[in-house]
Amino acid sequence: MLILNCPYCGVDAEETELAAGGEAHLKRFGPGSSDDEFHDYLFMRENPKGVHFERWRHANGCGKWFHAARCTNTLEVFGTYTAQTSEPPQDIKDAIAAKRPGWTWREFS
Amino acid sequence: MSTRLAKQGRLIDRSKKVTFTFNGTSMQGYEGDTLASALLANDQMMVGRSFKYHRPRGVVASGAEEPNALVGLGQGNRFEPNQRATTTELFNGLTAISQNHWPSLEHDIGAVNTAFARFLPAGFYYKTFIHPKPFWKHVYEPFIRQSAGLGKAPDKDSRDADTYEHFYAFTDVLVIGGGVAGLQAAKAAAASGAKVLLIEQSAYWGGRAPVDGGTVNDEPVDKFVEQLVSELETMDNVSMRSRCMGAGVYDHGYVLGYERLTDHTPGVQGPRHRLWRIRAKQIVTATGAIERPLSFAGNDVPGVMLASAMRDYAVNWGVNPGERVIVATNNDDAYRTAITLKQAGVDVLRIVDARATAGPLAEEARQLGIRVDPGKAIAKVKGGKRVKKVAICNQEGVGGAREEVEADAVAMSGGWSPVVHMWSHCGGKLTWDDANAFFRPDPSRPPLGANGEGFVLAAGASNGALVLGDVLTDAHAVGKAAAKAAGFKPKNIKAPVGETTAEAPMEAVWLMPANAEIQLRMKSWLDFQNDVKVSDVQLAAREGYESVEHTKRYTTLGMATDQGKLSNINGLAILADALESEIPKVGTTTFRPPYTPISMGAIGGEARGEVFQPIRQTPMHNWHDRNGADWEPVGHWRRTYAYVRPGESVHDAVNREVKNTRDNLGLLDASTLGKLIVKGPDAGKFLDIMYTNMMSTLIVGKCRYGLMCSENGFLIDDGVVARIDKDTWLCHTTTGGAERIHGHMEEWLQTEWWDWKVYVANVTEQYAQVAVVGPNARKVLEKLNAQAGGGMDLSKEALPFMEWRDGKIGEFDARAYRISFSGELSYEIAVPASQGQAFWDALFEAGQEFGVMPYGTECLHILRAEKGFIMIGDETDGTVIPQDLGLHWALSKKKEDYLGKRAHSRSHMADPERWKLVGLETVDGSVLPDGAYAVGEGVNANGQRNMIGRVTSTYFSANLGKGIAMGLIKHGPDRMGEIVEFPGTDGKTYKAKIVDPIFFDKDGEKQNV
Amino acid sequence: MKHYSAFAVAREALRYHTGWERAWRSPEPKKRYDVIIIGAGGHGLATAYYLGKNYGIQNVAVIEKGWLGGGNTGRNTTIIRSNYLQDPSAAIYEKARGLYEDLSQDLNYNIMFSPRGVIMLAQTQHEIRGYQRTAHANALQGVKTEWIGPERVKELVPIINLDGPRYPVLGGLWQERGGTARHDAVAWGYARACSAMGMDIIQQCEVTGVRSQDGRVVGVDTTKGAIDCDKLGIVVAGHSGQLAEMAGFRLPLEAVALQALVSEPIKPCMDVVVMANTVHGYMSQSDKGEMVIGGGTDGFNNFTQRGSFHHIEETVRALVETFPMISRLKMLRQWGGIVDMTGDRSPILSKTPLGGCFINCGWGTGGFKAIPGSGWGMAQLMATGHSPLTEAFSLDRFKEGRFIDESVAAGVAH
Repeated sequence: MLILNCPYCGVDAEETELAAGGEAHLKRFGPGSSDDEFHDYLFMRENPKGVHFERWRHANGCGKWFHAARCTNTLEVFGTYTAQTSEPPQDIKDAIAAKRPGWTWREFS
Repeated sequence: MSTRLAKQGRLIDRSKKVTFTFNGTSMQGYEGDTLASALLANDQMMVGRSFKYHRPRGVVASGAEEPNALVGLGQGNRFEPNQRATTTELFNGLTAISQNHWPSLEHDIGAVNTAFARFLPAGFYYKTFIHPKPFWKHVYEPFIRQSAGLGKAPDKDSRDADTYEHFYAFTDVLVIGGGVAGLQAAKAAAASGAKVLLIEQSAYWGGRAPVDGGTVNDEPVDKFVEQLVSELETMDNVSMRSRCMGAGVYDHGYVLGYERLTDHTPGVQGPRHRLWRIRAKQIVTATGAIERPLSFAGNDVPGVMLASAMRDYAVNWGVNPGERVIVATNNDDAYRTAITLKQAGVDVLRIVDARATAGPLAEEARQLGIRVDPGKAIAKVKGGKRVKKVAICNQEGVGGAREEVEADAVAMSGGWSPVVHMWSHCGGKLTWDDANAFFRPDPSRPPLGANGEGFVLAAGASNGALVLGDVLTDAHAVGKAAAKAAGFKPKNIKAPVGETTAEAPMEAVWLMPANAEIQLRMKSWLDFQNDVKVSDVQLAAREGYESVEHTKRYTTLGMATDQGKLSNINGLAILADALESEIPKVGTTTFRPPYTPISMGAIGGEARGEVFQPIRQTPMHNWHDRNGADWEPVGHWRRTYAYVRPGESVHDAVNREVKNTRDNLGLLDASTLGKLIVKGPDAGKFLDIMYTNMMSTLIVGKCRYGLMCSENGFLIDDGVVARIDKDTWLCHTTTGGAERIHGHMEEWLQTEWWDWKVYVANVTEQYAQVAVVGPNARKVLEKLNAQAGGGMDLSKEALPFMEWRDGKIGEFDARAYRISFSGELSYEIAVPASQGQAFWDALFEAGQEFGVMPYGTECLHILRAEKGFIMIGDETDGTVIPQDLGLHWALSKKKEDYLGKRAHSRSHMADPERWKLVGLETVDGSVLPDGAYAVGEGVNANGQRNMIGRVTSTYFSANLGKGIAMGLIKHGPDRMGEIVEFPGTDGKTYKAKIVDPIFFDKDGEKQNV
Repeated sequence: MKHYSAFAVAREALRYHTGWERAWRSPEPKKRYDVIIIGAGGHGLATAYYLGKNYGIQNVAVIEKGWLGGGNTGRNTTIIRSNYLQDPSAAIYEKARGLYEDLSQDLNYNIMFSPRGVIMLAQTQHEIRGYQRTAHANALQGVKTEWIGPERVKELVPIINLDGPRYPVLGGLWQERGGTARHDAVAWGYARACSAMGMDIIQQCEVTGVRSQDGRVVGVDTTKGAIDCDKLGIVVAGHSGQLAEMAGFRLPLEAVALQALVSEPIKPCMDVVVMANTVHGYMSQSDKGEMVIGGGTDGFNNFTQRGSFHHIEETVRALVETFPMISRLKMLRQWGGIVDMTGDRSPILSKTPLGGCFINCGWGTGGFKAIPGSGWGMAQLMATGHSPLTEAFSLDRFKEGRFIDESVAAGVAH
């Protein structure tokens, strides 16, 4: 039963207030992209046993989408941040590095 | 025999007699009794039968760990199977029945299994009942199925007479367990100012300390408990709930509490159970320890009991479980039982101690005149339904040279195991403590919370501190640590000092005697309820079921309703020995919630019957209900399927509505359709991405039918979009789609195009919407205008097809859309929800002269199918793309991008072999079966009949007097006029001609008037 | 292998069961095998078994990180059915169901297949149409199912409440020869039969690397040393992603938690398996008498084998509504498993970009029922390079947009 802090309304939201939205920081591939690019964009999801970046919506709350950095193995939450960014903010990356030295996730580390 | 002692019984009130029945026999107990103590007081030694062999079973424990004393409690709508007698508080009128026997507890046919026990070892069923095969189906399997189960099932039609509720609680520190450790930990934590919630599963505080005795700060321990409880009760930052068990610990500090409010006072107003959903910053588990049985032959005979339980029965309830008692032990604590019983006047024959030496308590026992036999063991307990004789031998050896003693009760103690369930539920790890032969929480590997730090601390006996002094010191420190971890500053107060008689070390004894021969091991029970013996675990190990999980599953050890509270450690010690390994290497099985079983009713909570899920109602809902609505659930809404008149079938009603709407005037409550406002400078651009069609070019005042696809290309919704002003569009969605599509838009808006200036608002419930449909639609609206002076010009010229206007219709504030899902002259009119019912009434009244009738969803479906309009959810199913439905015209060629566009260019989606939309007409006018498939020649590589299409919608058209259908057919549009075959599940094959999907008014003349 | 029978049990009883041999050997790995299967769950063991039985390939090792049958094979709700809508699904699940019918005799190990029947309840008009469609498809696919009305549902399930105020039961899709089996026994039976063929089941052995040469697999590195092989099958459910990475490719998979629970055992009261998809719950009664209950998955990636309690609440609430008499039963135990979900919620049984390396994964919430069929098809694919049973479940379907979407008819876990 997760609790995530919604970076918009500031509420420590219960899991029942939230809707999970899968991998964060996807780069959209539309018309003109190759079959491989489009396939990977739609289906190739990061599935790490460890540090993961994912999207959540405070669905039964303020309605806003946000991102969470979370460990899928311990459910530790390293931080939450706005969805309006294409990469995790530095302070989140630092917080992860402090707990999981040497972590990597996609192109981030 | 077991009887009530003349004195003692700190929990019972001898002035208040309580009458109850067991298997129909009336018995008496006292207020404060448990059902188990009252049964024992009535010499009811045998209380049930075991699962596999139907062996006689008696009370063995005094609390939640009890595996044997399970009864069916209550009657009728309050009957509950498998209720633990040891945790059932006695009340007047209680009725209990014993379980798993036929015809009676005393005489049970199933007990024949015990005679064949030798042929029914662990896992015998995996090796037998295999041949001959038909026997499995017709003989073995039905037999096994019928011999399943333990407690009686409630009656098939029973409806729980009680109610249940859920509570939320938020606390800094949650203390689970109200024994001395829990009380002290709560006090130490609360002194810091932290908010503390203390829960205790039983009805009283102090746990077993008052039974075990000792002093705290030089006062008797029960006095200390009393003071501590009243002190905590006065603290504003402390809440205490008794009869409230910690059931499970979950991630991020979530804990389930299970409060039994009225189990002891059935029929009293209010909920029976309350499920607490607790969020705690820190959790202290002060859940105590559970005594382990000893494994000797006949340790399952009624009258053999845990030593601590026997002490509990004497001290707490004044019950003496036997008159001639033998105590068997590997530790000092059991001597307390001997001493307690002796002091109560019971004949304690001897203490059989597997160890060579015992501590000061042995001296105390000897001085009371109790014989102490060091280095001895019980070879075998004799007796069927109660203990008769006990054979005693040396602990070393195979069990020869026995001495037989006549006795009627045996108290056994194999040492203690901390209750580590709450620690372990969420991933806390254990460490093996060799000195005490138990697993205890490993403080360096606690369950981790959201911040990656531990959030559970164990205190007292559940932390491995068994002696009163250690318990208090530990609990005090843990309480402070919990407060600190929750962000408070603990006060520096001293821990209370507890003192008890010193104890000599225990010695691990996993089998009595140490090298017991096979005949004894086959009678040495590990799991009393599931009938798992020492020999079974050894067999599992021999056969290669070496993992502790294999052994558990192969033998069913620990899988009974006590979940191995008594049996697990003993079992895995036997397993480790059989594997010539060590206990910590073998490890434990996984601890899973709940700690003891909790009622389904409590888990479900308040949401039953009408309030199981909320029903969404349109403003006109009650009118429909009063006027014959046959309801259909659609999402959380109820929509009217048809308005059935007296004497009519539903089918008749539908046909009447269909004809009337085409011929005269129909009214449809369309309020459930989703209405989303999309507004902002970039709204047009945004909608161009959301819809396959071009929406940005829509002219203010006009409407356009739009399609939405997922990024994966499949159709997800459709509806009419109206442009309200330069920056504002109103998008209609399907009834089921409003929330989903709103969420879909928000997702893209917030996570992909977050720099676009657009707002989306779901205004579905702000409006009531009525479709006014049929040749008389304009007439009825103009009549309203004439009556009340509404100003909206509804003429063909002023409000052409696919346009909308705001204004007054009659006295109502209306937005009228000239759109049609039926092919008729049609206005969909939205009014503020508050005016919905009045508007509907006005239409209905004014429409009388025009033949008005309300119509439901089935009529709506038929009207649209006659016109070949697709329906999301019928023609689409999540695998259909617009191209399949001939909707190419709605796929904008001008736009570079929209959701689904890239997906449509993948090879399979551009495949000409895809099934395409057509109309279908049976050759004989009958109605095609719903969901039927069209077949081609031959079979595929897996032997399945080749299919070439399927029916997506099929109806009887009252207007056309025949069946009409739509379907997806391979190369369908190129095969007009061909006949295809649809095998029905009724054995008939339906033949249908491929036709144009528009069956009615092909040129659309009726809607353009 | 010593033959199991009632006579053998009686004979052994006379010597107090001291003469039973190991059900499977516990060997050290050899240097080389023709085929290595990673993962000794039901699917992995069944693949090995049919490689030996159908293709004579018996120089096989099955390597297991933990203990055999310890993953989702041992923590599911044991439902067996084949009433799937899409052709490829119906084919593989019906193949499996058919094999289950004779599996006890085939393996000489009683896996207690109990064809007590499965009903999927229809509680909305939409569901009625969906199941009628499935019934039509099944008839052509050789899967015996039928649409039944509410009266027949009540006959089959006397404890059901047809007239719930919120979602009355309108009928159901009935598969008479669906049912349950003893899940552990399926793994144990296959393991014993594999071992008897001379195959090596190597438990407590973790694969740490996949070795390849010129685009073909040549072996694996393990915690018990390097082992060579000609062909490799990866059958490790939730850990497929990690293994695939070792083999140099990626998989369209995500791991989520699926939960289940059982009640305390009661005397037989429900003789069929009932699935109620509208309210998200399903229930059957085990041979021990426990009501076995399952529901939906968490929506987020999770490797903890623990789920969120609100799913348990929702499932139990739905079932108390459907079967009111269970209100006073008690939940004995709840647990979670990690299931691997693909983009279309159907499995992957496929060749991979690495030559000689095959993958079987993505069974999501419904893999137990498929074990024999999955093993059968996978063995055929690995031995011959092609299997009609697995063809549609290939990895490339996602790129082509050729999905196998079963949510069309029933959108709930099982």
